[in-house]
Amino acid sequence: MLNVLKNRFEQGCKTSTYPKENIRLLPRYRGRPKINPDAPPDVAAACATACPQEAIDPAAKTIDMGRCVFCGTCERISRSRFVAFTQDFSIAVAEKEHLITAGDIPDLAAHSRQHFKKLFGRSLQLRQVSAAGCNACEADLNVLATPFFDLARFGINFVASPRHADGIVVTGPISRNMKTALLQTYEATPEPRAVIAVGSCALTGGPFRGSPEITEGLDTLLPVDLFIPGCPPHPMTNLHALLTFFK
Amino acid sequence: MTMEFKTISNGEAIPIESIPHLPFDEFSAQATAIVSGGGKVVQFFAFKIDGAVRLMAVLRTDALLAASCDSPESYPALTAQCSPFHMFEREIAEQYGIRPEGHPWLKMVRYHANCRDVDDVFGNDYSEDIPGKYDYYSVAGDEIHEVAVGPVHAGVIEPGHFRFNCIGERVLNLEIQLGYQHRGVENLLLKADSRRLPFIAENIAGDTSVGHSLCHAQAMEALAGIRTDDGSRIIRTIGLELERIANHVGDLGALSGDVAFLPPANYCGRMRGDFLNMSLLLCGNRFGKGLVRPGGVRFPMDDDNRRDLTARISELKPQVKHVFALLFNSPSVRSRFERCGAVSRSDAETLGLVGPAGRACGIAYDVRRCFPTEQYGRLDIPENAESTGDVWARAKVRVDEVMQSIEIIESLLSNPVETEIVDVSENRMAPDSFVVTLNEAWRGELSHCLLTDSSGGILRYKVKDPSFHNWNGLSMSLRNTGISDFPLNNKSYNLSYCGFDL
Ligand code: SF4
Ligand code: SF4
Repeated sequence: MLNVLKNRFEQGCKTSTYPKENIRLLPRYRGRPKINPDAPPDVAAACATACPQEAIDPAAKTIDMGRCVFCGTCERISRSRFVAFTQDFSIAVAEKEHLITAGDIPDLAAHSRQHFKKLFGRSLQLRQVSAAGCNACEADLNVLATPFFDLARFGINFVASPRHADGIVVTGPISRNMKTALLQTYEATPEPRAVIAVGSCALTGGPFRGSPEITEGLDTLLPVDLFIPGCPPHPMTNLHALLTFFK
Repeated sequence: MTMEFKTISNGEAIPIESIPHLPFDEFSAQATAIVSGGGKVVQFFAFKIDGAVRLMAVLRTDALLAASCDSPESYPALTAQCSPFHMFEREIAEQYGIRPEGHPWLKMVRYHANCRDVDDVFGNDYSEDIPGKYDYYSVAGDEIHEVAVGPVHAGVIEPGHFRFNCIGERVLNLEIQLGYQHRGVENLLLKADSRRLPFIAENIAGDTSVGHSLCHAQAMEALAGIRTDDGSRIIRTIGLELERIANHVGDLGALSGDVAFLPPANYCGRMRGDFLNMSLLLCGNRFGKGLVRPGGVRFPMDDDNRRDLTARISELKPQVKHVFALLFNSPSVRSRFERCGAVSRSDAETLGLVGPAGRACGIAYDVRRCFPTEQYGRLDIPENAESTGDVWARAKVRVDEVMQSIEIIESLLSNPVETEIVDVSENRMAPDSFVVTLNEAWRGELSHCLLTDSSGGILRYKVKDPSFHNWNGLSMSLRNTGISDFPLNNKSYNLSYCGFDL
C-alpha cells in the first residue's frame, strides 16, 4: 500500500489543461501546412515531384491533407519557401473539399452538424473500426484514454458494441477482407450516427493507395461527417476534432 | 550428406547466381535436416524468375544459410517432417498456388488470390466475400461449446477472428484466422514508384515503423552499395530502442489493467506516451515514421536535442523502475501472471517463437547479439532468457529489456552525434542480386528479403514480421487455460495483425 502511495506521489497529476489552455507540441511536430502563394513555380514543381503521396498541386499551390502523410519532404526541399509546417494541430475538417488547402483551414466549429451537438454534446459513445491500416492511428486514438488526455472527462468514450454507439470511427484503408465487417458495424449502429474517418489511409488510402486490395477513401463507401488528417493524426488533433465538432 | 546451403551475411548483397540452386529433393532434404538439427527458418518463399517459379530458403543456425530450388507445382511438404516450415508453406501455397502435399494443416493465411492465376489451392473464389468462409477446427462432444470473436473486437484493436473450443471455462483449442488487414503490401512494393517505398515499408506495422524501415533501408543500402555514417547508425539504434521501450511499457500497463491493478496501468499508459514523444522530438512523428531512410536518417541530432532527450530519459528512468517494482511486487499480480499460459521450450522451438515470446521460454536468440546491425555490434546485449514460458516470463523479459534499452540510449547519448542527413535519394540497385536483412524489433526477428531483376528493379520483395512466427504461440498458450485469461495472454504477446497480414 505504501508503495502504491509512493508511486502516486511520484507520478503527480499529469492530466492536461486543454482545452482551457492551449498546448504546445514539440518543435519538429508537423501540423497545419502553410503555403507561400508567391513561391517560384519551379520550387512548387520540385515539391510536387518529390511528394510520395502526390498530394501537391503545383499550379493551384495547394496541398491535399487527405493524401499527405506529413513527412515534411516538401518543406525540406523548398527550404520552407513553398511549404512550411506549423505547430497548429487543429486540422480536422467537416467537408472533404476542405482537405485541399492553401494554408487556411475553415473553422470546424462553424461546419459542425448542429443536431449532433444537441444530441451528443454531453455524451458521445463511439465504436472504433480498425480496417487495414498500420495500427498507429488506432494507437493514437487509444492514448486518448490515458491520464494525460483523459477523454472520458468530456463525456466521450469508446464502447465495445456498435449497438451502444452514437457513431463509428474508422481507421485504415479498408481492405477487401474488412469491407463487409465495416459495413455491418455501420448498419448495427443506431441512427442518427456519425461517421468519422481518421488518418490518411481512411481519407484516401494513404501510403497504400494504388493497391487493388484497398479502398481509396471511406467516403466512397459511407457518408463521412468528420475527416481527421495525419499519419497518424496527433492525439491532440483527434481531441480537438471531437471537442469542436460535437461539443 | 555435404552441406550445400551457402553461408551469407545479414545485410550483404550477393549475386542471385552465387546462391546454390539445388535439385528439389536435395533442397528439401538439406533444409529439413538443418531445421531438425536445431536450425530455424528466417525466410522461405516462392518467386518468379525467367518465367519459372523457384523456392528460396534462408535458415539460421549460428550462421545465416541460403539455397534455392525450382519449384514443382506440388511437392511433398517439408512440414510433414519438420514443423517450423508450417506457416511458410501455407503462405507459398496461397501466394503462388503451389501445393505442399501432405501438409498437416493446409489452410489459407490471408484470403487472397495467388499471383499466377492458377487454381486456388484452397478452392476459394475470391470474387466473393470470402473471409470467415472456412470450417474451423472443431471439437465434438456434448459439453463442448465454441466462442467466436471478431473480426471486429470490443476495443480499439485490429481485426482478426478467434475461435475457441471450450469445455466449461477451459480452452481446448484456439484457432486464429487473420487476413482482414491484408493490403497487398508485397505486391505494392513491386509496382510503386521508388520514392514511395520507404513510406510503404514503414507502414507495414506502425508500432514497428522503425524496425520495418530499418530492414528496408539496410536492404536498399546493400543493393545500392551505400555506406551510412556512424551518426546515423547511432540515431537509428536510438530510434529502434525507443520503439522497443514504448511498446513494452505500454503492454506492461495493459497487462496490469487486465489483472485489475489500475495504478501501474495508468502510469505505464502515460509513460509510454512520454517515450513516444521522444520519437516525436527526434523526427516529428510519435512512431518514428520518416526517421530512417536508405542512406541514413532524415533528421539530425543536434546538441539541444541530445540534451533534451537525455534529460527526459533521466527523469523517467526512476519512475519506470518504481512502477515496474510496484507491478512485480504485488502478490495479486504475481499470482495472476505465474503459470498462466505457459508454453514449453520444446513447443516454442517447434513453433519457431522469436523475440520476448521465445526468450520467455528459454530461447535466448536475439538478432542484436547474433547478427548485429547498426551500433549493436558495439553494445553488450544480455541473454534475457527466462524459463517458465508463462505470462510472468513474457512480462519479466520485457521489463528487463526496457531497463537495458534505457541504458543503451543513455550510453549512445553521451557523445555528440554528427550525421549527414539524407532525403530523397535515387538509388541504383545492383541487378540480379539478393539481400536479406534482419533486425531485432520489439516483437523479435524481423526480416526483409529482396531480389532484383536484370535491370536492377525489384523482382521480389518478401517481408516477414515476427508475428508471423508468434501467433501460434498465443494459441499454444491458451491450451488448457481458462478462456477468461485470454486477454492477459493476448496482451503478453501483443502481436501484430497488420504485420502478419501484409
Ligand atoms: S508533407 Fe505531405 S505534401 Fe509534403 S511531401 Fe510529404 S506527403 Fe507530400
Ligand atoms: S494513416 Fe498512417 S498511421 Fe494511420 S493507419 Fe494509415 S499508415 Fe497507419
